[in-house]
Amino acid sequence: MSGDSSSRNGPLALAFHALFIAFILAPLVVVIAVSFTGQGYLALPFDGLSLRWWRAIGDNPRFLESFWYSTRLGVTAATISALIAVPAALAIARWRFPGRGALVAILASPLMIPHVVLGVALLRFFSGFGLSGSFAGLVAAHVIVITPYMLRLVGAGLSGLDPRIERAAESLGADRFTVFRRVTLPLIAPGLAGGWILAFVTSFDELTVSLFLASPAANPLPVQLFNYIDQMTDPLVASVSAALILVTALVLLGLDRFYPIDRLLTGERRA
Amino acid sequence: MTRLDRLTPALLTAPSALVYAAALLVPLAGVLALSLHGFDFEKGVLPGWGLANYQDLFTDPLFGEALARTFRIAGLTTLICLLVGVPEAWIIHRMDPRWRGPMLLVVVGPLLVSVVVRNFGWMVLLGTNGLVNQTLTALHLPGAPYRLMFTELAVVIGLVHVMVPLVVLSVWASLGRLDPVLERAATSLGAGRFTVFTRIVLPNVMPGVMAGALMVFCLSASAFATPAMLGGKRLKVVSSMTYNEFLNTLNWPLGAALATVLMAAILLATLLWTRLVEKRALRRLGEVAQGGPA
Repeated sequence: MSGDSSSRNGPLALAFHALFIAFILAPLVVVIAVSFTGQGYLALPFDGLSLRWWRAIGDNPRFLESFWYSTRLGVTAATISALIAVPAALAIARWRFPGRGALVAILASPLMIPHVVLGVALLRFFSGFGLSGSFAGLVAAHVIVITPYMLRLVGAGLSGLDPRIERAAESLGADRFTVFRRVTLPLIAPGLAGGWILAFVTSFDELTVSLFLASPAANPLPVQLFNYIDQMTDPLVASVSAALILVTALVLLGLDRFYPIDRLLTGERRA
Repeated sequence: MTRLDRLTPALLTAPSALVYAAALLVPLAGVLALSLHGFDFEKGVLPGWGLANYQDLFTDPLFGEALARTFRIAGLTTLICLLVGVPEAWIIHRMDPRWRGPMLLVVVGPLLVSVVVRNFGWMVLLGTNGLVNQTLTALHLPGAPYRLMFTELAVVIGLVHVMVPLVVLSVWASLGRLDPVLERAATSLGAGRFTVFTRIVLPNVMPGVMAGALMVFCLSASAFATPAMLGGKRLKVVSSMTYNEFLNTLNWPLGAALATVLMAAILLATLLWTRLVEKRALRRLGEVAQGGPA
């Protein structure tokens, strides 16, 4: 890059940028700030910092229970999604077969289907089998929601892979499965890992579909938080939210070290 | 090719196809079927078939209002996201490489924070005694403090916050494919910053802009959490009406009809957008990029 790059944005552009960043960060910063209030209600500014509402998280086991429930849900759904998406991505990348175009469109379609519609459809369908309000029902719903992301990242990994490497292994006598296990899988591992993490985070944050399928026994964190806010907004919501923001920020910073976030979210390969 | 070779793609796609059929296609067909049944508060879902639910919806002024509000909010959100997100992506793209990564992280990082948390932040900011109103009052604006919460404005602000990183990302990805030589060539030929942006950069990133716009529009029109939290109970959009029918009123057939209308409306908007706007805009801008009539 040329040396003049730092001065390429004019003052107007930089002012615009500052306002944009302020807009993006404002609601997050406010949530973190208000979580340190010592008062019994939400107000900014307030006098005196206090950890009162952070301690209150520990006294309300329902948020912690929902946190672990969402974690289990995300891990299960992301793993199942990987198991079905990798073979599908392989077939799409390596073979031409009848119905390929339709399959690609259907596999990506959950991105375009309103989550309310998905929730309604699954609530009605699962209640016929007693699956609504169960872990299995939520897992199935989340697999549908997150698989398009998984496919995009695994597919990007596969498209950057030279098929000649696989053919070389085959010509040396490796059978199909060995080629996959010893050559293809290690080479698409970064895309797979990125896809898994993005799928996990998407599942962990998913609210709308879960709202339809949740029950007191199956209560992911976003649903718990949404229903709590619907009843009342006290600083406990702020401390739980702030904790979530901080955990996400830590995950993001760690993730960015080995998988740049723009590539994670767009599935682009960048030189 | 052996028989097994021909079977391989079928075997590889079978797991995903089965999961999608069982947990997506069949349930969606079920919604469509359910919307054609009648409903009685005592007897539940009635066996007969008909379009009565749709008739009820389209003669209900409340539904018309919600439908108009849904698309008004989605359209406004998309417009603001484009006006703000496209320049922002361009500004980040032109930053010193040292700053680019961290800035992109700040802009798109919030995408990974739960929408519930972000909406809650706006609830705190936009309340009658919130920071926004405190600032406006301190500036002695006439009429301050304003009622911001539970208005369409609040919903649009919340949605823009949720959606604008998607536009930045989409345009950012297109900018990465842009050959920097093009810009330098234009500059060396005497083009100013603004001309370079409108004549060189914008036409080249148009596919990213269009894709981002469509995504934001669809997601805004189908959004549930933000209208529910920032719009409140009375400011109904189609998705919150659907939620209400399913989880409060329990008139599932009517809710299914609402869901079907929402989905059909979004599909129609997508189709119109790709057929009319996207193609025409790309063709016209293609001419500009090639030096044709502007």
